[in-house]
Amino acid sequence: MTLNSMEELTPVHYDVLREIGNIGQGNAATALAAFSNKLVTIDVPNVRVLDITDAIEYLGGPENIVTGILIRLKGDINGMMLTVLQSSFVKNLVEMVFDRKPSSPFDLDDTEKSFIQEIGNILSGSYLNAISSLSGMTTDVSVPSVTTDMVGAILAVPAVEFAELGSKVLFIDDCFTFSDGFGKAAECSASRSNMILIPDIDSLSALFDRLSLPD
Amino acid sequence: MVIVSIADLKVTGDGNETLVTYALGSCVGICLRDAANGVYGLAHIMLPWSKEASSAEKNPRRYADTCITELISTMVNMGAKRSGLEAKIAGGAQMFGAASGAFNIGERNISAVYRVLEAYGIPVVGAEVGGSIARTLYFHCSDFAVEIRTANRPNIII
Repeated sequence: MTLNSMEELTPVHYDVLREIGNIGQGNAATALAAFSNKLVTIDVPNVRVLDITDAIEYLGGPENIVTGILIRLKGDINGMMLTVLQSSFVKNLVEMVFDRKPSSPFDLDDTEKSFIQEIGNILSGSYLNAISSLSGMTTDVSVPSVTTDMVGAILAVPAVEFAELGSKVLFIDDCFTFSDGFGKAAECSASRSNMILIPDIDSLSALFDRLSLPD
Repeated sequence: MVIVSIADLKVTGDGNETLVTYALGSCVGICLRDAANGVYGLAHIMLPWSKEASSAEKNPRRYADTCITELISTMVNMGAKRSGLEAKIAGGAQMFGAASGAFNIGERNISAVYRVLEAYGIPVVGAEVGGSIARTLYFHCSDFAVEIRTANRPNIII
């Protein structure tokens, strides 16, 4: 079947996307556990299709400060993937790895900055691996670029490039909980990140074709 | 306070009003006023030229040329004189630096805004543009002070 817009996605499509989200998040949790030396547990990811304007509201409103890691996809899947880390996620992760709690996501030295860039790289790679392992599709990714700023301006980047404010994006809501071990829940900290996948519609259609979904 | 969302414009005749638009990245905010007649307007554009639009997407408030034209005509309808208008602008950043794309949309937005304003003979008396930071803009109509707030720098007034 050929999809013409993301509005045509059916519950079956959503299940597939949720499963991709699940596998991707599992990969991501494994990587985060290795980095942080903590036990990382995950909730079932919430996958939905949102307008960019709704995504901005969901991420805390246009002026909320987040760290965005952008990669471009080229190959069987074309588009962009944007990892959005809330400030608390960045601060917690830096504290776990470097034993120093930054006062804000701007308060990072060069090593900590490249660490966060690597985290974004790993998170987006986790989802792309999930897609390619399920579908056999391959995609080249660009070097990730990172910025910490207002979420409204960061999400305007895909909006401008796709030239449609009303364009839909795939929005995956992750919650990672870091703890020192089972039974030490009091010491755990939950951190939220979001993956925003903006594939062109032809790529998404090809993905579902590859997975042989019924019409 | 009147909030102007992305790809939109608002006009007021209230000299004590503040017009605000949030998180300008590569987008540009255009503040216009006619002090003598007390008409004020703010537009938030996303892209430079409407003729470059795909047929699917024709919201005229998205583009510098059509949005500024509509802003001016709305203000003239409220009693402004085109010859009395002056402008301050902000935005046009490259959020992800050079990686934002082969075409620097922020720079192209800035140059389109200047060209359109010049074509209407409207002087730009203040600008805070370029770079790679997001800006929130508060346009205080009473004294034409345009306050720029950023995430990690002191506020400035243009």
